[in-house]
Formats: sequence, structure tokens, C-alpha cells
Amino acid sequence: MSIHLILFLFFGAVAVAGAINLLAQSHPINSALSLIAVMAALAGEFLLLGAEFVAAIQVIVYAGAIMVLFVFVIMLLNAGVEEHTKGSRVAIVIGIPGMLIGSVLVAWALLHSYGDERVVAGALPGPPATIATLLFHEFLLPFEVTSILILIAIMGAVVLASKPQAVQKRKEH
Amino acid sequence: MPIWLFIVVSIIKSAILLFILLTAVAYTVWLERKVVGHMQNRWGPTRVGPFGLLQPAADGIKFLFKEDLTPPHVYKPLYIAAPMIAVIFALTSISVIPFGNSVWIHGQLIPLQVTDVNVGLLLILGVTSIGVYGVALAGWSSNNKYSLLGGLRASAQMVSYEISLGLSLVGVLIMSGSFSLRQIVEAQQGHFWGFIPRWNIFHGQIIGFFCYLIAAYAETNRIPFDLPEAETELVAGYHTEYSAMKFAMFFMAEYANMITVACLATLMFFGGWNGPIFGPYALQVILPVFWFIAKVFVFLFIYIWVRGTLPRFRYDQLMAFGWKFLLPVALCNLIATAVAVAW
Repeated sequence: MSIHLILFLFFGAVAVAGAINLLAQSHPINSALSLIAVMAALAGEFLLLGAEFVAAIQVIVYAGAIMVLFVFVIMLLNAGVEEHTKGSRVAIVIGIPGMLIGSVLVAWALLHSYGDERVVAGALPGPPATIATLLFHEFLLPFEVTSILILIAIMGAVVLASKPQAVQKRKEH
Repeated sequence: MPIWLFIVVSIIKSAILLFILLTAVAYTVWLERKVVGHMQNRWGPTRVGPFGLLQPAADGIKFLFKEDLTPPHVYKPLYIAAPMIAVIFALTSISVIPFGNSVWIHGQLIPLQVTDVNVGLLLILGVTSIGVYGVALAGWSSNNKYSLLGGLRASAQMVSYEISLGLSLVGVLIMSGSFSLRQIVEAQQGHFWGFIPRWNIFHGQIIGFFCYLIAAYAETNRIPFDLPEAETELVAGYHTEYSAMKFAMFFMAEYANMITVACLATLMFFGGWNGPIFGPYALQVILPVFWFIAKVFVFLFIYIWVRGTLPRFRYDQLMAFGWKFLLPVALCNLIATAVAVAW
């Protein structure tokens, strides 16, 4: 077994364990920290598949920026310990078999849809310039449309969060 | 290079670099106390050793032997983990910083750098952005209102200024066309008209440099942006409840981050180890390292100088400055650089 495969399995195990811990923890901040561990482990997986740039962006954007805001909100609202509920019977009867069937289906589809073009663990790193060329030449339109979509979402959030002007004016008087 | 040799060389390089970095951290503290002391018409440390030079050693011993107090109402796992997170990620980011040319040792070309990765700059940004958790979690887990306010301020401030920091560096990236710090430095070799060095700061990135410097001061929580630990309002901010070595770890993290920022400023804007090089081979190896260290020292001195000179911002001023001034300026610089390069 090559060192790359061992590392790949290690990061995979960390990601799965982090995801389970995320659900099992009762305190929001522990769940948020587990999610950070999942993000970091996924970055490790990307790195092993030769996607250095994606790995770095995964850490900067998800673990570094978005999760900081999550932790910030949890700290600001001073969210306390959640109560453990027993869980519904429907979740156990339908949920667990459903999850198993779903994961088997996804694994089967992935194994059969790609031929010999699969990326091997420990592939050589691809230069960031390749991604840039793809993003800004071949996929320029989807890329720009996505950014406008995100901009609209931000503007919507600002509109929803700001107080209506009528209320503000009444307060000033 | 066979794999075992690579591992051995990497371990040796990491150990040497860690030793140098921790010594540099200790003596930056000494330098700060000395320089700020002289600026305020005091002597600074004088008692331990000549010029107080052994003061860092005395401080280290003191930190190790002081009582390590854990307040009763803290959330213990995170309270212990927070200083570790802060110091580990502060020390990690030095690993991709190149501090000299490659050297031939026994027929092997060894770069003076722990590892040269394609995305070196992004790795530093990522690691420093993870370091925020050390401060934020310390503030939250201490279960103290001053600590919590410090932690909240730190995370809000770092997220805000990270954007300007990243954007101010993109101008340099456009000009050098690489994320690798070694290639960025190599792109700055040579001179304009034979005497002005071809460093990025003289190559149209002067606005980018000042944006970077200001944003970096905010990222490292230093005066004039030291609101997370503003002692007049928050006792000591996020590390109020920490004592002994745990407190020292936050201190080490702060100074290690300062050194990383100084190294990055040198590499991105001031030509890294480029400088006059002459003489026999041994001198040609040592001189680049010397130039690099000299430039880093200048930036550390400016850090201390600013600390001795400027007052602290108010919090609304800090946020308004970051979002309404620094971010637009960094964006304009980016657009201007892109247009100039495309032309």
C-alpha cells in the first residue's frame, strides 16, 4: 500500500468521523468545529488527488471564512447546549435503510460511469493556471452567472435584514 | 532525490527553521521593549545580561514555572486547545517562505526553504485564516465578558481585513503570474535603468504595498488595530483568563505572525533575497539570506515604530476604514494593475 493511499484513507476517515461527530455533539460550537475538521480533511483529499489550488481554496473559503462567521454567530447569540431528543421512529425505520441504499447507489454509479480516466491518489499537482484557463475561457458564462446569482443573494439578505424605512422614520420622530 | 533523503533533509530544515523562528520571536519581544522604551525616554530591559539581552531567556523560565491557573467556569477542552491552535498555525506558515537561493550540498540542489509548493501564497493565507480560531475560541471558552468581546472583535476584524489583504496581493500575482513564492521573487530580479531594483514596489505596486501593510497590521491585532486586547476597555481581551505558558503561547503566536507578515512583505514587494551579490561561492550563498533578513528586520522595526507612535482606533472607525476605504482602494489597485498588464 503506497503512502498516498494510506493518507487518502486517513483523511477520509477523519472526514467521516468529523461528520458523525457534527451530528452527535449537543453543543453548537462543537458541531461547528467538527465541520471545520471535515472541511480540512476534504482539503487533504483534494491535495492527494493533485488539486493543490482547490485544496487551498477549500481551506481559505470554507474553513477560514465561512466557518469563522458560523462560529462568530454562535458566539454572538450565545447559543446554549441543545437537548438530546430520542429521534422519531420514522427516521430509524426509513432513514437508515434509505441512507444505505442511497450511498450504495451513488457508489455504484460513480464506479461505473467513469472508465479508466479516474484520478489516482498521489497524482502530480496541476498548476493553478489550468483552472484559470478553464474558468475564464471555457466556462466563463456559467462562472459570471454564478457570481451574479451570489450577488443577488447578498442583496436579498441585506434587504431582509435592514429595517423597513417607515419604522425607522417613526423612531426618529 | 530518494524519498528517505528528502524526509531527512525536510526534518533537518524544519528543526533549524523552527529554532531560528522561535529565537527570532523571543528577540523581537526584546527589541520591541527596548525600542519602545527608548521612544518613551526609558531604558527598557537592562538588568539581565548586557543590554538586557538575556531577558527573553528569563521570561521563558518565568513562564514555565508560573502557576498555570484554570478558572473554574471555563469550557475546558476549547480553553486548552485555543492557545495550541493559535501557536501551531502561526508557526506552520513559515514553512513555505523561501529565504535564499538554492544551495549545492554534496551534489544535491537544496532550496533554502522547507517546501516549495505551487500555491505557497494561498497556503499562507489559508493557514493564517485558520489561526483566527485560536483567538475566537479563547475568547468564547474563557466564559468571561471581556474575553468574549475580545474574541468577537478579533474574528470580525480579521474576516473584514482579510479581504483587503488578499486583494492587495493579487496585483503582485498578476505581475508575476504564479502563486509560488520562489517564482514571485525570481520575477523581481534585475534593475530599471541599471540602478533602481526591479522590485514590485517600484513596479507600480506601491498602493498595493500600503494596503497590504495596513491590512496586515489589522490581521495581527497590532496597534493601531489592537482592539481585541484593548487593555483600557477589555482588561486584556481574549487572553484575560490565561496565565503562564498558555498566555505565552498567544504571545508567541502574535510575534510569529508578525514575522510571517514581514517575510511576506519582503517577498511580495521588496524583491525577497535579491540584492547586491559578489565574492566567492560561500559569500554568494550567505549574502541573499543576509539581504532577506535585513529587509524583514526593517519591517519588524516599522511594526514597533508604529506601536510607539500611533493611538488606537475606535471600533466603528476600524470597520468603516476597512470596508469603506481600504477595500475600494485595494480593488482600484487591482483593476489598474490588470489593465496595465493587459495593455
